[in-house]
Amino acid sequence: MKQFIGFVKKEFLHISRDMRTMLVLFGLPIAQLLIFGFVVTNEIRNIKIAIYDRSKDDVTIEISNKIISSGYFLLHENLTNINDIENIFQQGDVKEIIVFEPDFAKKLEKERTANIQLLADASDANTANLIVNYTMGIISDYMKKENRLTETPFQIIPEARMYFNEEMRSVYMFVPGTMALILMLVSALMTSVSIAREKELGTMEVLLVSPLKPAQIIIGKVIPYVVLSFINAVIIIVLGYYVFNMPVKGSLMLLLAESLIFISLALSLGIFISTIAKSQQVAMFISMFALMMPTILLSGFIFPIENMPVILQWLSHIMPPKYFIIIVKNIMLKGVGFSYVWKETLILTGMMLVFIALSIKKFKIRLD
Amino acid sequence: MNKRPVIQVKNLVKKFGNFIANDNLTFDVYKGEIFGFLGANGAGKTTAIRILCGLSAPTSGKVKVAGYNVYRQTEQIKKNIGYMSQKFSLYEDLTIRENIRFYAGIYGLSRKVINERTDELLSKLNITNLGNKLISSLPLGWKQKLAFSIAIFHKPEIVFLDEPTGGVDPITRRQFWDMIYDAANESITVFVTTHYMDEAEYCDRVSIMVDGRIEALDSPAGLKNTYKAKNIDEVFLKLARTPIGEVGRG
Repeated sequence: MKQFIGFVKKEFLHISRDMRTMLVLFGLPIAQLLIFGFVVTNEIRNIKIAIYDRSKDDVTIEISNKIISSGYFLLHENLTNINDIENIFQQGDVKEIIVFEPDFAKKLEKERTANIQLLADASDANTANLIVNYTMGIISDYMKKENRLTETPFQIIPEARMYFNEEMRSVYMFVPGTMALILMLVSALMTSVSIAREKELGTMEVLLVSPLKPAQIIIGKVIPYVVLSFINAVIIIVLGYYVFNMPVKGSLMLLLAESLIFISLALSLGIFISTIAKSQQVAMFISMFALMMPTILLSGFIFPIENMPVILQWLSHIMPPKYFIIIVKNIMLKGVGFSYVWKETLILTGMMLVFIALSIKKFKIRLD
Repeated sequence: MNKRPVIQVKNLVKKFGNFIANDNLTFDVYKGEIFGFLGANGAGKTTAIRILCGLSAPTSGKVKVAGYNVYRQTEQIKKNIGYMSQKFSLYEDLTIRENIRFYAGIYGLSRKVINERTDELLSKLNITNLGNKLISSLPLGWKQKLAFSIAIFHKPEIVFLDEPTGGVDPITRRQFWDMIYDAANESITVFVTTHYMDEAEYCDRVSIMVDGRIEALDSPAGLKNTYKAKNIDEVFLKLARTPIGEVGRG
């Protein structure tokens, strides 16, 4: 036992000596969460628009004001002609131009119909789509209000409510995803690299010849990363709560326990990778491409699994982060208890056991 | 030198599938002896060392190391041996003292003993003031001496040196061999592989492996006599038709 503690101490020394490791361990999670939280978002806010109002009557001014005061848009300039649309978009500031036709209010009153033209800069297709949708939403909102005064044949008004995320905040999506990503990265990448390093340096040989048992060596390697990953999980939850107001509606203990299971799974994956990889480079490469990319692309972190081609959907079923993200979302946003996430927990535990078994098998073969 | 064997090998066979890596090896190594283990790459040296260190089990044969059986008592064997390979096996990002403390710690030495012997060792190597320097800041020769000192820090019965002087200049090699003699004088048995044939002359006895078999085993003088050779290099060439550097399993 004393030998084992000495081993763990040595491992902590390695980590604390290496600035890069420290940076990856603690700088990365914070940076990543802040970037995802503040920068990468599906919401639009303060989009610059230009308005070309050829009518300038009560109705167009009211609609314009409504659009500008919505918080989504900022009026960049009032246009006086429309000859130069391309030039305006090329300058890049203005993302949408709204054009009211002449005699807008009059036409509306006489013919009960008038035209607004929306021109959007679709060099970024998604954003353009969002901008146009938001604008149309505001306009139809205005229309509904006005229509209440007059008689219309009949109307269907859907009232939507976004459960568990009323404000449609994208950070609610990023916190669980980032957690999965970070824990995966830190646990799997760091352990696999640190074990591969011992192999590369030749110290692994000496350790194997020493009275330490192989299991002690592996567990000793892993324990520091369990501790550090766990601290990371806590940092992410705390940051999410205080910076982004991401609630933890369910049990915090359950959330931490599930995190621990996921960390163990990632570590067993890391050990497995290290039994295959001969050098640190290979270990890093495998971790990056076999773990990072799928975590980002296939786990439902950013792209909804339901929209993927069937083959990729199948692939996503074997991605551990997928289940962890489901668990975290359920606990944090829906506030459910263990009885709602036991299936996912079971899958994660099963995966962990498989990788541990595979690693032990691999390790033994290598020794012989 | 008293003739108490610390390594006893009788009819050792190790097969990997159909490939016979060690073909019926029989030899003894005595206490305090410097035993040279020579052979071309692929002759089966590394396989034999791994078996003697308790890392892999023989296919058949009787092997005892430090009085313990390699089939069942690998735990005890590991406690009683030291090991150093051509890679230095020291942690570059730890200090000299930290490396010593770690390696001595995994052999179960108490803190008091570790501290005492560390001071002793540092003053012997004339590096008392460098104890808190990182290994990465030391020149190659020093690292190697330190690695050897650490391999025998827990005073093992036997120390296995797997090509310990690979890639080092002749002067450092000479100094390194002085340390090996010191260890042997403290009655630590030294089991060393090398491909420098001049180093073989420094050993008490030398065995030469060819294709998994031990073809010759005697003192350097005895070998030269038997094979009517000027030096061990010639002995080796006469025994091994296949030149050094043959590709194969180590």
